[in-house]
Amino acid sequence: METKKYSNPYLAGIGLGLVMLIAFWITGLGLGASGAMMRTVVAVEKVVAPEHVEENFYLNKYGGGQKNPFKHWLIFEILGVLAGGMISGAFAGRIKKETNKGPKISKRKRWLFAFIGGGFFGYGARLARGCTSSVALCGGATMALGSWITMMAIFAGAYMAAWFVRKLWI
Amino acid sequence: MTGPLSITLNINDNIIFLIYFFIGIGFGFFLERGGFGNSRKLALQFYLRDLTVFKVMFTAIVTGVIGLTFMDAFGWIDLDLIYINPTYLWPGIVGGLIMGVGFVVGGYCPGTSVVGLATLKQDAIFYILGSLFGMFVFGETVPMFKKFFYSGHMGDRLVISKATGMTMGQIGFIIIVVALLGFVGAEKLEKKFGEKE
Repeated sequence: METKKYSNPYLAGIGLGLVMLIAFWITGLGLGASGAMMRTVVAVEKVVAPEHVEENFYLNKYGGGQKNPFKHWLIFEILGVLAGGMISGAFAGRIKKETNKGPKISKRKRWLFAFIGGGFFGYGARLARGCTSSVALCGGATMALGSWITMMAIFAGAYMAAWFVRKLWI
Repeated sequence: MTGPLSITLNINDNIIFLIYFFIGIGFGFFLERGGFGNSRKLALQFYLRDLTVFKVMFTAIVTGVIGLTFMDAFGWIDLDLIYINPTYLWPGIVGGLIMGVGFVVGGYCPGTSVVGLATLKQDAIFYILGSLFGMFVFGETVPMFKKFFYSGHMGDRLVISKATGMTMGQIGFIIIVVALLGFVGAEKLEKKFGEKE
């Protein structure tokens, strides 16, 4: 199916680790992903209902007063992720319109569950103050206690739910 | 030069933004290389048929742990100046469990879904729309449980070594040993349950 095989996972992991180290060395901030999405949500809400963003303590942190939710390193980083994914995909001949799923479900069903799963992940990521990039990867490397606890919870939640949605994948 | 350079050299924000675009390219590149643009490959982690997620993630963490430890020892980075995730125990546990459910149902996490989008995976587009919706709902509902959101606050820069009274080197060593054992186990599991290519 794939034009080229994926890299050796250990090499890809070392590559990711080095990128993270460079990020820490230059900026001290590490990596992230879900924060860029949250900022996009707040930016839209600020256009539609600026006084609501002002009043809500959580949205205010990102877009209250003069703050522009898009003026943040995470936004530029995530645009880079998009470009980097395209570069790697293009080199490997993997840029192809498709839906990845198990053999037993339809595309439409997969899309519905992708939306639902995304909803859960998005909600949980904001509750836990970060997703797999900043919490599991960077918090894992800085050996932050809370990050390791959240990382264990992510794996626990996924393994507990896996049996119930096995038809999506196997 | 001692990092973080943004602080020690007082680099202007706009330059940091530009640098982050290139850091993002590296991040996205290696995620895609590792196969993280493919939701099914990610999800099979939770059926023990493909342990790429575990292998890539823990190799990256081990690389980070070793790197930060030596950079600190060489005086290349001031660890007191880097971002450490705060510890809020209860929202951290509940949020993590919810993320886990979202991972296996949706097939992606936020970062990998962007890589999926970069390689035109249609399911990634629906996942991203769902994530944005979930975050919108979070922003609208968190004022109702503000107290829970700030519960179990054990510290803003609480690292495992400080919490346990051990040294950073000792914790790092344990993580490395456990990861190496995990890799051996992961290879065995894949041989047993993995799909034939």
